[in-house]
Amino acid sequence: MAEGPTAVTHKIRCVSARDRDWDGVRLHVVTGKGGTGKTTLAASLALALASGGKKVLLVEVEGRQGIAQLFRCPALPYEERRVATAVGGGDVHALAVDAEAALLDYLEMFYGMRRAGQALTRFGVVDFATTIAPGMRDVLLTGKATEAVRRRARTRKDRGARRDTAKAPFVYDAVVLDAPPTGRIAQFLNVNAEVAGLARVGPIRNHADRVMEVIRSPETRVHFVTILEEMPVQECLDGIAQVSEVGLGIGGIMVNMVRDPLLPPGALAAAAEQHVDTEALAQGLKSAGLKDAGQLAGALSGELVEHARRVRMEAEVRERLNEAARPCYELPLITGDLDLPGLHRLAGVLREQGAA
Amino acid sequence: MADARTPPFDVDALLDDPATRIVVCCGSGGVGKTTTAAALGLRAAERGRHTVVITVDPARRLAQSLGLTELDNTPRPVPLEATAKGSLHAMMLDMKRTFDEIVEAHADPERAAQILANPFYQSLSSSFSGTQEYMAMEKLGQLRRRDEWDLIIVDTPPSRSALDFLDAPKRLGRFLDGRLIKFLGAPAKTGGRAFRLLGAGLGMVTGVIGKVLGAQLLKDVQTFVTAFDAVFGGFQERADQTYRLLQAPGTAFIVVAIPESDALREASYFVERLAAERMPLAGMVLNRTHRSSVPLLSAEQSEAAAQSLERSGDNPLAAAALRLHTERVRLQARESQMRQRFSAAHPAIGLTEVPARPEDIHDLAGLRQIGESLADTAAPGCDQGA
Repeated sequence: MAEGPTAVTHKIRCVSARDRDWDGVRLHVVTGKGGTGKTTLAASLALALASGGKKVLLVEVEGRQGIAQLFRCPALPYEERRVATAVGGGDVHALAVDAEAALLDYLEMFYGMRRAGQALTRFGVVDFATTIAPGMRDVLLTGKATEAVRRRARTRKDRGARRDTAKAPFVYDAVVLDAPPTGRIAQFLNVNAEVAGLARVGPIRNHADRVMEVIRSPETRVHFVTILEEMPVQECLDGIAQVSEVGLGIGGIMVNMVRDPLLPPGALAAAAEQHVDTEALAQGLKSAGLKDAGQLAGALSGELVEHARRVRMEAEVRERLNEAARPCYELPLITGDLDLPGLHRLAGVLREQGAA
Repeated sequence: MADARTPPFDVDALLDDPATRIVVCCGSGGVGKTTTAAALGLRAAERGRHTVVITVDPARRLAQSLGLTELDNTPRPVPLEATAKGSLHAMMLDMKRTFDEIVEAHADPERAAQILANPFYQSLSSSFSGTQEYMAMEKLGQLRRRDEWDLIIVDTPPSRSALDFLDAPKRLGRFLDGRLIKFLGAPAKTGGRAFRLLGAGLGMVTGVIGKVLGAQLLKDVQTFVTAFDAVFGGFQERADQTYRLLQAPGTAFIVVAIPESDALREASYFVERLAAERMPLAGMVLNRTHRSSVPLLSAEQSEAAAQSLERSGDNPLAAAALRLHTERVRLQARESQMRQRFSAAHPAIGLTEVPARPEDIHDLAGLRQIGESLADTAAPGCDQGA
């Protein structure tokens, strides 16, 4: 299991025309600390993976309707629908998984008991399974994503013939899961352990085992989104350690909202120590035709110092990210409201850097 | 400017008022609730209150800055400077231990041991969703009853929604007191009769529960319920009690958000909910805002000047400073637009801003600075328009 990740990427690297890091991976789990742009990058990755005529499913599980907001479409129902077309003709479909609907689905699929739903709701069973019981909700959510990973196309002809679909193509070339935040990701994915306390044997356990099989396979990778700040980077590294500990494959680190430094390194280092050549600054401002150049230079040098300190801190935390020894992708800060062109731009950057 | 309508949030007035006994910091995940709670605690202590801060899952360095090096379920003193007029204690919530302590306090040793060893209890006390919120409220109630501190500041558990803090304990209480658990916990014979009495659909329910959960779980739940009922009484009632504490005079809520649409939307929901529950909202903290020290130099002017310098290539330093300034003014404009949108929807809510810092908080000095920003009613966020 542990050597899985390297084996996959290594093999693919040899045959791929383009240097793509995650060929062969079919379930991309994207996590990150709140506020780092996890949903945005999950969507961008889905677009990147779809480009060139692929079909990708983007799944959200937190009931936030984050995908609908990003793609500016009406709230997603519990149903897979197309939300965007990728460069070169691929499709991104999206699904907002609802734990309650997934539970009813599950009951129908395995027990043919959809109609039990109402009684279950009245009795508090649905509430228990979807909001209270540890792991039940997660196994329902991950169960839906892993089902989409395994799903194969069925033609009318082989509908009658059972189990004859093994050679049929997969419905989705890849599934991207916009997962819960880093602090909860290891627990969320390690559904087996999660439900173990409640169900040591029995159907829930069996279902968890099936889900786990997909999550543990070398076809699944967990990507971490972070920004260059201390706390998110720390959480990212902690998350990587926790996810490795439960034996799951780590993908790449997506460093989001990266800004280019505006000054050469020497000037930055000086500014971080509060050395700004205010005279040269004033001179420059004056020649740009600005009034009160001297006073303005004083005020702007304060902004430069802060910028330089930020860049210095960013360099320090970038160093720490390197310790994780995972492929890093750097995504530029997109100012203003993020729209579809912005997502395509991020998808392009991910492709250029080999993430898809 | 529309700003003029936003009343300032006078943090010091709230902290200094001896009638303020509980301050609850709420907000969605990642907005800086814990840091805000710690900074408020420090400020209150230095201004003379005997304060305790209950944190939930603080970042390591923040915990260190409060002198909390390991998870410990009891308030520990935080050493302050000699000039501090009050005192500060801090603790990190350990939900399992809080739960265990309740059991130990209410049951005789033999029964307590039996409960603590029950697999269903272990799962309930360590991983049920809602347990953390329930136990945070429980701890709050305990500290309030001890009456050793005159101000308790609570950081709420990390969750996607701020509403979870209000809803999760009741949900858990409802479940533990509810039909399902009674039914699961009933011995097989009477259980069977209970189903018939409870009406149609239940045969199906038994079938599903048996099939889905399995017999082992049912057995664990049965022993748990038998042992637990005798010593503990109503879960929901207990949750309701703490809930009432949140509505009592002396409790104030502070909503923390960052100038991003998701966080502000969450804050809006929460504000509306507090009003519906008659829970007093003291004000809003807008965290990590960006301000320019030269607001009069507009983004357009600054950008034009930067472009002309870049064309000549003579003054790279000034060009960079102007580029930086342009970005900052634009960011500030976007942030204040978001703030104004929020304030227009909630015009009565006082607001204070805490500027983004290039580095994290490592020590009490950093927390003190956050406290100063919180209390700064002259800050741009609260001004009467530039």
